[in-house]
Amino acid sequence: MRQALDDIKVIDLTWYISGPYCTKLLADYGAEVIKIEKPGEGDPARKFPPFLNDEPHPEKSGLFLHLNTNKKSITLNLKSEEGKKIFLRLVEGVDLVVENFSPGVMGRLGLEYPSLEKVNPRLGMVSISNFGQTGPYREFKASELVLNAMATAMKSCGSKEREPLKMGGRVVQYQAGAMAATAAMVGILASKMQGIGQYIDVAISETQLGSIDRRGPLLVASQYTGEVEGRIEVGGSQWGACPDGIYPCKDGYCDVIGGAMWWPSIFKMMGEPEALADPRYGSWEWQTDPERKAEILAVFLPWARERTKEEVAEAASKARQAAAPVYTTADLLTNPHLAARGYFVEAEHPVAGKLKYPGPPCWPEETPWELRRAAPLLGEHNEQIYSQLGYSKQEIGLLRAYGAI
Amino acid sequence: MPKLPLEGIRVIDATVVWAGPYASSILADMGAEVIRVESTNFAPYGGRGLILRPPESTLKTGGLLMAGYPNREAGARPWNRNPYFNHHARNKLSMTAKLNTPKGLEIFKRLAEVSDIVIDNNACGAQERLGLGYKGLQEVNPKIIYVGMPGLGNKGIWKERIGLGRHLEEIAGHTLLRKYPDLEPGEMSDIFHCDATAGAIGAFAALLGLYYRQRTGKGQFIDISQIETVIPQLGEAVMDYVMNQRVRESLGNRDEWAAPCGVYRCRGEDRWVAITVFNDKEWQGFCRALGNPSWTKEEKFSTQLSRWKNQDEMDRLIESWTINKEDYEVMYLLQKEGVAAGPVMDEFQCFQDPQLRERGYFEQVTHVDCGTHLYPGMHWKMSRTPACIRKPACRLGEDNEYVYKQVLKFSDEEYEGLEKEGHIGMDYHPSILVRGAAKM
Repeated sequence: MRQALDDIKVIDLTWYISGPYCTKLLADYGAEVIKIEKPGEGDPARKFPPFLNDEPHPEKSGLFLHLNTNKKSITLNLKSEEGKKIFLRLVEGVDLVVENFSPGVMGRLGLEYPSLEKVNPRLGMVSISNFGQTGPYREFKASELVLNAMATAMKSCGSKEREPLKMGGRVVQYQAGAMAATAAMVGILASKMQGIGQYIDVAISETQLGSIDRRGPLLVASQYTGEVEGRIEVGGSQWGACPDGIYPCKDGYCDVIGGAMWWPSIFKMMGEPEALADPRYGSWEWQTDPERKAEILAVFLPWARERTKEEVAEAASKARQAAAPVYTTADLLTNPHLAARGYFVEAEHPVAGKLKYPGPPCWPEETPWELRRAAPLLGEHNEQIYSQLGYSKQEIGLLRAYGAI
Repeated sequence: MPKLPLEGIRVIDATVVWAGPYASSILADMGAEVIRVESTNFAPYGGRGLILRPPESTLKTGGLLMAGYPNREAGARPWNRNPYFNHHARNKLSMTAKLNTPKGLEIFKRLAEVSDIVIDNNACGAQERLGLGYKGLQEVNPKIIYVGMPGLGNKGIWKERIGLGRHLEEIAGHTLLRKYPDLEPGEMSDIFHCDATAGAIGAFAALLGLYYRQRTGKGQFIDISQIETVIPQLGEAVMDYVMNQRVRESLGNRDEWAAPCGVYRCRGEDRWVAITVFNDKEWQGFCRALGNPSWTKEEKFSTQLSRWKNQDEMDRLIESWTINKEDYEVMYLLQKEGVAAGPVMDEFQCFQDPQLRERGYFEQVTHVDCGTHLYPGMHWKMSRTPACIRKPACRLGEDNEYVYKQVLKFSDEEYEGLEKEGHIGMDYHPSILVRGAAKM
């Protein structure tokens, strides 16, 4: 055995981000993931930027290429009777189905869990949706921003004088995908260990509400105190220490954490400057006194500005001070630590060529993450998968002519 | 009723702060017996409170993560009343042992002998130095699955560097992608997505390990660097750099796929609604919901691209409509027309929200030291093996008797002896006020 999941088969009816990230995690650790796409169009993510050289092309979307590594693609029209029949035959032979259509779509196709379970009683099925399969919002539209608003700590994120601020990019949808992959593993284990097939309803909103940082804790604190948390003053340090936060340096930004506990290592990091030799600078009184703060910053700010973010981080590391360079994506690709770990991995794609991709989120020593192949072309595995089901070359041609595949 | 999927699986929870505890929390929800090994003589950073015995001044004025104890009162045992600990520690057990003594180490190893999984997010090498890393535990239990998840991983040139959640976010590249586009990056409050991403992957990794062991009978070590759990979630930005050498910047609340896309002020204090319009069809629905005011007919808002280009002006016009309405009212008006919209919810609104209530998301739990409250519930719903909060957050040492006698098979006499030696207890040493080791 090379990979932990290399005996697991998954039918993947997902599109956009949350579902594909879920099945990517399974595929990257060995599962055979067969992605079913709409004939002619495929996953809408194929239409979204970034594109290689900014040229829109269904096989050159960085979003799609990233989210669909190690998967196989077949096209299938689930609205045709022929397509449904083929789908049910595929379901017979797999362990798991994952989908993230709007709630109700699978039901309208006649392919909801009870119908699938009839052909495969040990089947696990994961459905990912914005607000869940039940309840008054089940049909509601959402976006990354709306999901941030309704399910993260967005209300307390940002500055008091400004609007609440969402997290970056589309991390909520990705994170829901990671949680769904964990749920999928639970489904696989229940099926394999106990022989129980079941349906798992993953609401993106609920995967965020109970999340550890920091929606869940704030919900509990609100129950405990009858209060809600607000946003901070602009430029504020969470606890008023100095220096504490993100500061400009020679080539960008660095972050140094502060407070009484950290002062000795900050002092050491700056090379023990005489002006700040009085240990009382580390006391809570001096750390929060505006005059003393100005004195600290008068030394710290020029010190940081003379150094690159890497030099600040290096000095901090030597002094056992918690700190970090604030990275752009360009910094990530050249970072020596990630390089030493072999994090970014290259793969060849027939249309997009050779590209680097983000690597393993975890490294099981015996059963590694592996980039076996780049994302599939639309329908690339039609012949392989359909002939495995017993269709002849001639029949596959007919299915194509009927618009079923 | 069928067993929960992870019933019969025992997990040693050697975790601190948030990312590790979140991973073990997910396993506990799914039925695993998760045992936190704690010590009455050592309070780790960010364990059961940022300040173990918060003073009156902190309790009165501190933020909710620091001071959000029931009624802002510390109580006799503040470590059992901390809101973030009590969030993740549901369904877990707590035992105590003095891990700075040979006997304590022996107890830990004895537990490892009869456990399946270890989750550890201490600083790289910390457990190893105690002899409780993978190598040490593998000797007593070759089938053990060990998930080691320090901030920057267990290998690589920066593995010894120290940082908190915010530092990991910054190194992963998330911070610069989420700032206000017109302000410096430091000007926002802290929310560290990396704890959530690493927590989810930590649980996922443990289950990968479990499945492999199911197939082969073998354990293994699984290395996690928290930043590597964030980077894949920034997929578009990373791939844009890989493919086009373009360094993406923060769009704030905006979205290149949609316009309008923003949060707009509503009636009331600090009330906001989030709205996103993806295409022309939704734009028409949006205009209908607003009653087709004349500005929506202007040329500069007629196409998706022109709306994207003229967002500043459009946003002001939209806000002049939302400002006189309730946040929920805007949501219903727009959702009826097929437009994505929802309030920027605070905690009170979450507990009242019709969707979450209908789905029974929050669960009522009575905790001996805290009373009865609603808590966030399960992360997903399973049809045949439904999970719930079976046990309130573990109080320090609350399960000592069960773990020592039933799991580790110590006799009553031995248990009494360990109690006298200070391994077993429910109170931290009185010398620990903030965190760290007891002064004996």
